[in-house]
Formats: sequence, structure tokens, C-alpha cells
Amino acid sequence: MEALTLLLHGFAVLLTWKTLALMLVGLLLGIFVGVLPGLGGPNGVAILLPLTFTMDPTSAIVMLSCIYWGALFGGAITSILFNIPGEAWSVATTFDGYPMAQHGKAAEALTAAFTSSFIGALVAVLLITFLAPSIAGFALRFGPPEFFSVYLLTFCSFVGLGRDEKHNTIISMALGLLLAAVGMDTVSGQLRMTFGFEPLLRGVNFLVAVIGLFGISEILLTMEERLALRGHSAAISLRVVLKVWKELPRYWVTLLRSSAIGCWLGITPGGAIAASFMGYNLAKRFSKDPASFGKGRIEGVFAPETAAHASGTAALLPMLALGIPGSGTAAILLGGLMVWGLNPGPLLFVEHKDFVWGLIASMYLGNLVGLVIVLSTVPIFAAILRIPFAAIAPMIVVSCAIGAYAIQNAMFDIWLMLLFGVVGYAFKKIGIPLAPFTLALVLGNRSEDAFRLSMIGAGGDLRVFWSNGLVGTITTLAFILLFWPLIGKVFESAGRLWRPAKT
Amino acid sequence: MPISETEIVVDDPTAPADNSPAAATTRTVKAVVYLLLLAFAMLLGFDNWRNGMGWAKDGPQSGYVPFYLCAILAGASLYGLGAAFLRRQEGGDTFVTRDQLRRVMQVFFPTFLFVALTQWLGIYVASVLLVAGFMWMIGRIALWKSLLTSFLFALSMFLTFEIAFDVIMPKGPIEAALGF
Repeated sequence: MEALTLLLHGFAVLLTWKTLALMLVGLLLGIFVGVLPGLGGPNGVAILLPLTFTMDPTSAIVMLSCIYWGALFGGAITSILFNIPGEAWSVATTFDGYPMAQHGKAAEALTAAFTSSFIGALVAVLLITFLAPSIAGFALRFGPPEFFSVYLLTFCSFVGLGRDEKHNTIISMALGLLLAAVGMDTVSGQLRMTFGFEPLLRGVNFLVAVIGLFGISEILLTMEERLALRGHSAAISLRVVLKVWKELPRYWVTLLRSSAIGCWLGITPGGAIAASFMGYNLAKRFSKDPASFGKGRIEGVFAPETAAHASGTAALLPMLALGIPGSGTAAILLGGLMVWGLNPGPLLFVEHKDFVWGLIASMYLGNLVGLVIVLSTVPIFAAILRIPFAAIAPMIVVSCAIGAYAIQNAMFDIWLMLLFGVVGYAFKKIGIPLAPFTLALVLGNRSEDAFRLSMIGAGGDLRVFWSNGLVGTITTLAFILLFWPLIGKVFESAGRLWRPAKT
Repeated sequence: MPISETEIVVDDPTAPADNSPAAATTRTVKAVVYLLLLAFAMLLGFDNWRNGMGWAKDGPQSGYVPFYLCAILAGASLYGLGAAFLRRQEGGDTFVTRDQLRRVMQVFFPTFLFVALTQWLGIYVASVLLVAGFMWMIGRIALWKSLLTSFLFALSMFLTFEIAFDVIMPKGPIEAALGF
């Protein structure tokens, strides 16, 4: 049980007053960010990243990951009380959460949402605790070809398994990889795609792009809608909490199923959004009384919340073990790690034990403390929505600008952020997904380096990607996933030939 | 079962009307975006071709990977452009209505001005102007409330970043006069 010893060590790293205070601040900021329209988890983490530049990496990552947990909790508040999903992954929570609030059971719905979030996260953290070290240990044997094939697998699975139109996913990804290559070439030292323009020498900063794409563009999109809202206010009493918790064991199948879906979709680049819908739909399908879903059934809150939180947490597993983020927010945390000079990937578990286990321990503690905080402070956070958007919007803009400037102390970055805001607005409205862009931008340099190092090592022979069983399997799997929609169709028509007369 | 009454109500005085006419169709915007992406891919592709996109003795040259990425980007944009025009029945829907466009511009122009002003006045003074102006003119909130909120906001930002966390922001003549 080496993992347990290391985890206890992680708790020891964590249990200082300073770290605990930062954790609390992070959680409160996160819930705030999750409740506000126009600010989401990825964006909130990116804007608040500059605050952590002067901290040591462990405190910084604890605070940032707590912002992330807080945002995951916060999304549920507006979904249930106002029928407005604060985050895309809490859309499914509105289906039954809002009807419950309409029937005067807002407190029950909120308790159910927060508790199931906690359970989902706990399952995923347990998975990380026991799986991540062995995956990292396995990946220590990886050379450049293996790493490139894993990157290829990530990119291909986005194209093959994503729900967006394929050419749009490809555009988004190619653009991200291209922008990652702007500036100094790390292998030859040559300048690329700068056109003699000085601020571009440093390249396009990943965090600046994220702040623009998610922050500024989200404000533009929010302004398009009618911002008037009416909702319920609710306070949660201890009696209600205990009542909901007493009912909890009855829904263990739903909770377990949603946790499993969430963990799986979190590790593969499917994301919390898909997980929450899938959790909800499966709970409905397996229910004895599917017609009662959507009318305020507590199970309809348990299922999507567990899945979304499990998936958001599990997305950190590949980030820690392989250096490949499973979600947009994980990609931003990865960008943060690089700012502090830590190289995410298998070596992290060997070289920075304190950091990794401190982070994993903070996942346990952060979720537990987060649960207590949201249960006790819901009325305060619901009241935040009374502030008119005309006051919040410019403040978010200023926060975005501060965040973008602080990363490299460059005025050019604020302009770049504005440009990315417009690009993000247009892309979102015509259906070009932003997640592949984010992922490509953060992984661009590493994947190109891995490709070129393997090419140099093999004398330019592409067969190096099939040179042994491991790398060959991963590369082949990548291509299968890339052409998965086509392969699926072939199977379908083959199946139809097999038994033609039916239907 | 008691029906709890609605307790939190927020109004939106300048909301876009539902029946506002379209300012642009999705197809037009798609065509413009794909054309821009195509041009961008060709521009970057040219630079990478100039840098050398072939193989040197020691592996791929520095333009090799980005050049092929440009090719992929150009190909996918062309496909998107074709699809936008061929699928006639789709894409004719509204991209943005006039009212919506007006509201989006109401945010975009102040933001643009804010960024430009940051260069001359520093970020804190510019943010006072942005927050107060936005609340007063677009949110129709009383002037004194707007000014007070914006001043308190900028002050708290200043205390957080400049004093507590040592993050240096662009500053202008007013901060200089106060000795920062």
C-alpha cells in the first residue's frame, strides 16, 4: 500500500494554516465563478492563475484545483434555483432540479446535487490515487515515439469520437497546433511565422488565448440573450440534509453507474458535458418509472451531477500521469504547471512527490470542505445573481485583462486576448468547437518535439511508430479512432447484410 | 405541497427584442470565417515554405510540421466553405439579429476603448471608466452608484494585485502622481 503512505504524506504537506486558508479562498472564488453567468471553470482558473505566480507550486495548485472544484459545485446552484445552467455540464441538472425547486423542494434538490457531486468526485479521486502512480510508472519507459503516439491518440480520438462536425474539429485542432508553433523553434532555434513582428517572438501564449476564447467571447454571447431572471431562494437546514442522506443508499446503482460513466468519459477526452447527459439518460432508461423524470425526481439530480463531477475530476488523471489533459480546465492547470517550471508527465511522480501527493490529498480535502461550504452558504451565492449583469460584465472584462497582462507583462497580450474573444464568439456560433483548439495549443510544442525527436532517432523512417508492440498498438488504435465514424458505418452495413429481412 | 413564490427577480431594461430582423445569416458568416481561415493558412504556409519544409540530414526542417498543418487547415476550411454553400437548406438561419448585434457591440466597443485607454492611463483608471460608464449607460444604473461601485472595484483590484500579490500592472500618470 505504497499509495496510502504517500497519500498520508500528502495530507501532512497540506495541513498547514496557510494552505488550508488558500484552499478556502479557492473554493469560495470557484463557487462564485461557477454561479456567475459569463464566467466558467476554465476561464475562472485562467484569470486567477496570475494570483498564484508568487506562490510556491504546491500552494498554487491547491488553490487552483479548489477553484475548479468550487466551479463544479457552483454550476448546480443556478441550474436548480433559476433554471439557468451556470456551466454547460449542469444543463442536465436543470431537467429535474428546477421542477423540484418549483415544488418547494429546492433545498432537497440542492443537497442532492452537492452530495452526489461529492460522491462522484470521491470515486474519481480514489481512481486517481490507485491508478495514476502505476500508469506513470508504466509511462516512464516511454521514448519520443511512444509519447508522440499517445499525443496522436488524443488528437485522433477528439476528431473521431467528437460530436461536432469533423472538418470543424480538424480546423480547430490544426489552428491550435499552428499557433503553438509560432515563435522560436525549440529544435533548430529558427524563428517561425513571426513575420518580423517582435511581440510574436515569444509565441502565442496559451493562457492569453484561453482567457480571450472563454472569457471575452462568453460575455459577448451572454449579452445576446435576455438577461432578466426569476428564481427561488433557498436555505438548507440540517434536517433536510439528513433526510436526503438517509435516502441516498436507495440510489446506489444510479450513483455507481454515473460515477463509472464520469470516470471513463473524463479520462478519455469526452468531457463532463457528455458525461452528465449520459448519466441522466441511462438513469432514465433503467428506471422503473421513466415518465416521472423531468417532473422533479431526485434521481434525475443525482445521476447527472455524479457523472459531471466524476468526469471533471477524472480528467486530471491523464494530465498527472501522462501530461495529457482530459478536459479544457485540466489543460489550463497543465499550462499552470508549466509556468511554475514543472513538467507534467510520468517524471512528476518521481521528481516532485510532495507536489503530486499534495495535489491528490487536496482533491479529497477540497471536495469535503467544498461540500460543507456550499451546503451552508447557498443563500449568499444565490443572492449574487441579484447583481445586474451590466455591473458584472465590465468587471469580468477588467479581470480578464489583468489576467492576460500578468502572464508575460505584455500589453500586446491584452490586444491578443480581445482578438481571441472575437474569434471565440464567431467559432462558437458557427459550431467550431474550442476544446480541441485549447488542447492542441497546450500540447502543440510537446507533440512536435516528440515527433521530430523520434524522426531524428530513426533517421526519418516513419516505421518507427510501429517499431515495437506498444507503440504500434497505440498508433494503430489512434488511426482506428480517427476513422471510427467510417468504421462504424461499415460494421452497420455489414450487420444489415447479415440479417436483411428484419425491419 | 407548498409552492414557494419567486423570490429573486432581476430585470433587463435593454434586452433584445425577440422579433428583431436578422443582421447576418449563418451561411454568410460561415463563408467569411472559412475564407479568412483559408487565407491565414496560406499566409502561414508560405512562411513555412520559405523556412524550409523538407528534410535535412538530421530530420525534418523547422517548417516541415507547420507546413503540413497549414495544408490540413486549408483543406478543412475549403471543405467547410463547400459544405456551407452546398447544403442550401441549412445555414440560412439567423446568425445574429440586429438587436443582438447592437448589444454585442455595446460590450465590444467599450472593451476596445478600455484596452486602448489602458495603454495611456493604466489599467486601474481605465477600469474605473469602463465599469462606471457601462453601468450608467447600458445598465441604466444611477450615476453615483455606478461611480462608487467602479471606484471600489478598481481600489480592491489595486490592493489585491499591486499590494498583496506583487503582480505589476500597466499604470498611468495618476498612479505616478500618487507615488506608485
